[in-house]
Amino acid sequence: MDTGDTAWVMTSAALVLLMTPGLAFFYGGMVRTKSVLNMMMMSFSALGIVTVLWVIFGYSMAFGDDLGGGLVGDPSQYFGLKGLMSADAVFGTIPTLAFVGFQAVFAIITVALISGAIADRAKFGAWCVFVVIWAAVVYFPVAHWVFDFSGDEHVGGWIANNLKALDFAGGTAVHINAGAAGLALALVLGKRVGWPKEPFRPHNLPFVMLGAGLLWFGWFGFNAGSALGANTLAAVAWVNTIAATAAALLGWLILERFRDGHATSLGAASGVVAGLVAITPAANSVSPIGAIIIGALAGVLCALAVGLKYKLGYDDSLDVVGVHLVGGLWGTLAIGLFATSTSPAGVDGLFFGGGVDQLWRQAVGAFAVLAFSFILTYIIGFAIQKTIGFRLDPESEVEGIDGHEHAESAYDSSTGGGSVRPVVAKKTEESEVPA
Amino acid sequence: MKLVTAVIKPHKLDEVKAALETFGVQGMTVSEASGYGRQKGHTEVYRGAEYTVDLVPKSRLEVLVDDTDVVDVVDVITKAAATGRIGDGKVWVTPIDDVVRVRTGEHGADAL
Repeated sequence: MDTGDTAWVMTSAALVLLMTPGLAFFYGGMVRTKSVLNMMMMSFSALGIVTVLWVIFGYSMAFGDDLGGGLVGDPSQYFGLKGLMSADAVFGTIPTLAFVGFQAVFAIITVALISGAIADRAKFGAWCVFVVIWAAVVYFPVAHWVFDFSGDEHVGGWIANNLKALDFAGGTAVHINAGAAGLALALVLGKRVGWPKEPFRPHNLPFVMLGAGLLWFGWFGFNAGSALGANTLAAVAWVNTIAATAAALLGWLILERFRDGHATSLGAASGVVAGLVAITPAANSVSPIGAIIIGALAGVLCALAVGLKYKLGYDDSLDVVGVHLVGGLWGTLAIGLFATSTSPAGVDGLFFGGGVDQLWRQAVGAFAVLAFSFILTYIIGFAIQKTIGFRLDPESEVEGIDGHEHAESAYDSSTGGGSVRPVVAKKTEESEVPA
Repeated sequence: MKLVTAVIKPHKLDEVKAALETFGVQGMTVSEASGYGRQKGHTEVYRGAEYTVDLVPKSRLEVLVDDTDVVDVVDVITKAAATGRIGDGKVWVTPIDDVVRVRTGEHGADAL
C-alpha cells in the first residue's frame, strides 16, 4: 500500500463528488426560474440514492467476480462491502475502500447527467424510482464491462478484458451511457409544453458558468484520479485534461462567433464540458497535442450537434445528447485515431501507424454501450410512464415544477401577502376531525 | 397645464435630466419601462438557438409643465435624448385639468 497514492485517490474522489453539485448549478442555471430547484434536486437525489445502492450491492455488481460472459459482477460477493474493511483489502497500491469511494462518485454523476434531458417535466418521485432501476440495471453492469479489469484470480468485464477498447475514465461507461439514456428518456417523456416555439432561456448564466467551473475543477479528480496513484500517468491525464478542455472552449466560441455572430458565455461553459467529456476516455492514450486536437474538434462538433434536436424534433432540454453522447462518442473513437504508443496506454491509433485495429475496438465498445443503454433506458422509462407516470401533468408544468413537486420556490419576488402556519400543527388539526 | 411624457434610452436619462434642470424644470418622475417601437426588440443566442426579445429596456420620464413652457420642454428633451439611431424613443403631451401640491394644498400653476 502506498500512502501517497491513497491520499491522491481519496482527494480525487472528493473532487469528483463536487462535480455533481457543480452539475446541479450547470443544469440549474439553464432552466427557467420556476424549475431551478427541481433541476438541482435531480442531481442531489442521485447523490443520495446511488451512494446507498453502491454500498449495498452496486460495487459488487460492478467489481465482483464475473457471473459469465463479462456482463455483470456477482452482487453477493461484496454485499454491503463485506470483507473490505480489513487492512488486507487492497486494490493495487490503495485500500479497496478508497477505490470503492472513487468509483461511487462516478456512478452518481453518470445518473445525474441524464436528468438534463428531461428538465422541467418529470415527476420527482418517478425520477427517484428511475434512478434506482437504472443504476442497478444499466450503470452497474456497464461499469463492470468497462472498468473491471481481470486480476490474479479475478475475472472482470468484457470491454476491458476481451475487447480491449480503451476507456480511461468513462467515455463509454459515463458519457455515452448517460447520453444515450438521456435521448431515450427525452423520447419517452416527450416535448416540454411550448417547445420549440417558446423561448426556454437560461434563467441564470452565472450559475451555468459557476457549474462549469466546478465541473472542470472536479474533473481533474475524474481523469487524473483514474490513474489510481500519484504518478506519471496521473500527470499525463491532468495535462491532457486541461489542454483538451481549453481547446474545446475556444473551438465552441470560434464556431459561435462565425455562425451566430457572438461568442456567448453559455457557449464557453458548454465548450468546457464538451472538451472534458471528449478527453475523458483518451486522457491516458494521447499526447498533449492530440488532446488539443480532440478538444478543439469536440467543441466544434458538440456546438453543431446541439442543433440536431431542432432538426429531428426531440426535446433534449439541456443537450445531454449534443454534449455527452456526441462528445463521448467522439472522444472514444478519437482514441482509435490519435492514440500513440508514447502515451502511458501504449497503443498506436490510425494516425500513428497502428492501422484500424484500435479504431474498431473503440467503435464496438462505444456502440455496444450506446445500444444497451438506449434500449434498456427506453424500456425502464416506458414502464415507469405506464405504471406510476413519469411525465408531470401540463398544468403543473406550466405553473412551475418547483412549487408543484417540492412546495418551494427558488426566488422570492413577492412583496408580501400570505400567512404562515406550522405544517405539523395543520396535520394534527386534520387528524382530529371526526370521520 | 400639460403632462410631458418621454420614453427614452436609459443611457440618455442623465443628459435629459441635466438639460431639463438647466432649463428650469423643478421636478420630474422617472420610472423603468420596457417596450418596443418600429425597430422591435433584439435577438439573443443560446447554443445556436435565436430568441427574439420583444421588449427593450427604456426609461419613462414624466414632467408637469405650464402651457407656456410645453414647446420648449419637448424641444429640450428631444435634443438631449437624441442619438440619431433607431430606438431613441417618443415624447408626447397630455392635457391636465388640475394639479395639487399635497403638502400645501395649492392648485394649478402654483403647484408646479
